[in-house]
Amino acid sequence: MTTSAVSPPEARLEPAHPSWPDATGHFGVFGGRFVPEALIAALDELTEAYRAMRVDPAFIEEFAALQRDYTGRPSPITEVPRFAQHAGGARIWLKREDLNHTGSHKINNVLGQALLTKRIGKQRVIAETGAGQHGVATATAAALMGLSCTIYMGEEDTRRQALNVARMRLLGAEVVPVTTGSRTLKDAINEAFRDWVTNVETTNYVFGTVAGPHPFPEMVRDFQRVIGDEARAQVLERLGRLPDAVLACVGGGSNAIGIFTAFVPDEGVRLVGLEAGGDGVDTGRHAATITGGTPGVLHGARSYLLQDDNGQTVESHSISAGLDYPGVGPEHSHLHDIGRAEYRAVTDAEAMEAFALLCRTEGIIPAIESAHALAGAVKLGEELASRGAGGRGDEPPLLLVNLSGRGDKDVETASRWFGLGDREHVEPGAGMDTDQQPTEGAVTSGDAVAGQDAGESA
Amino acid sequence: MSRSQDTIAGARAEGRSALVAYLPVGYPDVDTSIAAMVAAVGGGADVVEVGVPYSDPGMDGPVIQQAVDPAVRAGVGMRDVLRAVEAVAATGAVPVVMSYWNPIERYGVERFAADLAAAGGAGAITPDLIPDEAGEWLAASEAHDLDRVFLVAPSSTDARLAATAAACRGFVYAASTMGVTGTRATVGDAAERLVARTREVTELPVCVGLGVSNGDQAAEVAGFADGVIVGSAYVRELLEGRGAEGVRRLSEDLAAGVRRPVSVP
Repeated sequence: MTTSAVSPPEARLEPAHPSWPDATGHFGVFGGRFVPEALIAALDELTEAYRAMRVDPAFIEEFAALQRDYTGRPSPITEVPRFAQHAGGARIWLKREDLNHTGSHKINNVLGQALLTKRIGKQRVIAETGAGQHGVATATAAALMGLSCTIYMGEEDTRRQALNVARMRLLGAEVVPVTTGSRTLKDAINEAFRDWVTNVETTNYVFGTVAGPHPFPEMVRDFQRVIGDEARAQVLERLGRLPDAVLACVGGGSNAIGIFTAFVPDEGVRLVGLEAGGDGVDTGRHAATITGGTPGVLHGARSYLLQDDNGQTVESHSISAGLDYPGVGPEHSHLHDIGRAEYRAVTDAEAMEAFALLCRTEGIIPAIESAHALAGAVKLGEELASRGAGGRGDEPPLLLVNLSGRGDKDVETASRWFGLGDREHVEPGAGMDTDQQPTEGAVTSGDAVAGQDAGESA
Repeated sequence: MSRSQDTIAGARAEGRSALVAYLPVGYPDVDTSIAAMVAAVGGGADVVEVGVPYSDPGMDGPVIQQAVDPAVRAGVGMRDVLRAVEAVAATGAVPVVMSYWNPIERYGVERFAADLAAAGGAGAITPDLIPDEAGEWLAASEAHDLDRVFLVAPSSTDARLAATAAACRGFVYAASTMGVTGTRATVGDAAERLVARTREVTELPVCVGLGVSNGDQAAEVAGFADGVIVGSAYVRELLEGRGAEGVRRLSEDLAAGVRRPVSVP
């Protein structure tokens, strides 16, 4: 059943399905439903409708047509050799979810959930958003399918990601800035749940990641697994072998689950999730939930989370709004506990270095979220090279990185980080390619500003 | 023996409903919140829901979150909650802890049950814990002779109503409207229908929460429910600076309300 990296792989006709979650949404000890009773009927309705829909040929055909004609799937894979020169000689391929319509992997999930909304006869969708990518994707799907749409976004994030707020409004969505608690993604989720429990008869909650109560972790995974299903086949076709490692950034974890799922049975393939290390996990200012957190209950499921001794959720910190979340999907917690995936933290500085490196070496501006995965690839490539391990025979190690989104939304944050502002500089600019001569007026290493200030609104 | 059930039954024997008051520990500070709970009892509350502050109170509306946020930031924890439980128990009223699940899980379920019982607590209401996920709490509450109160909602199916009520001990909490906590102009007849459906599947008292803010509404709910739960209206007394005295006056108004039930036609 499993295809290891050392035996000749065969193309699978049917995608392999993990044996989890169980019928009530548990991934080992994680997952489940920790929600007010008032929502149980709606969650049951969603579960039942989803189970019927995913085997309905009419849905499968409609979903496939949308992915092809609207999203632009399959997304390509791209080798990045100039970038990979900085990664210990590993070969690095990117799965290009940044090329999807709306600019990230989030569209994969919302098209599925929007079709489900129509199927259960509801006319309104709500969603939470952090960086704004899921909000934009949801507003897009709502416009496409004629649904009314309300997006909850932490007030802090509406300032960090003003461009995406404008995009959502252009698409006809109402954007509600959330002013409770820490005014970020976790509070947007609380507010969306409050809306849902009040308006559940008319409204469906289009959840953006593989967290939340059952069936969201399973359903969102299933809608996102197309990333890994495609990439696995593409890598096999192009290279005749499986990658040695698959890397993805992890906030809630939907792009990571999306690319991991197809490879879970391939025991020779390392699965590496890169969490947002912020200023460093030991500083306490980070969003590395599995690396630096403990198991508990948040937003409807048991999983790892950042919490204090009283069980209060601790505010997370990351330069990346999309990873700035103190929880993580329960399937990641399970993959961590059974040892099938490993989770590492990447600091803001490391991520921004990789961000700049990809821009300069390959002409691709990544989302800062995805830059965490790129930084993880650089580090893993160096580790494998120093151990002389990872590849096979004389072949260099092969790393597959999910480039989950593009960086247009992050240009302002990046220009602050790299010193187009007038702030006192602290660190030399993480990430300028020293081999390359910057053109006049370009950002240079000496222009960097204090890291933790760059992600915040001016 | 269930103290909350006995107390509610005692009120019934007097031809009235029980008054259940919610206040969170730690707003505006721990001592004042405890004084407010004692004042609520002084004004006529039979049961006090001792609220555990939580950073992500997904079922609560803006009034309660406004009070709870500063308590969370001040680091109010289970030790403060247990002190409040002891103070309420000392008045002779019945203290029941109201907590989202994570603070209890973090404290340790068995440890929580043992310490709650030792402090004189009657049990706990867990708004985001459904019986399906409550194995450890069912065992710990049984072992320490504590009430466990789960919620039923207008959207609950008959099968879930029966299963949830069967898992409860003490009373059943009927969340009267679909929505979050907060005061409402009318309580609505969804509450009455839910209580009637719940009575078909259980002998336990049924208390109604979400939306009651004054004596007239309390009288209306007392016409069909065994207990009237009031939260946001109490919290508003503190938010608006009327302190323990405001809490006492509100309790008196509500306590008069539950004693003149509006009979259901």
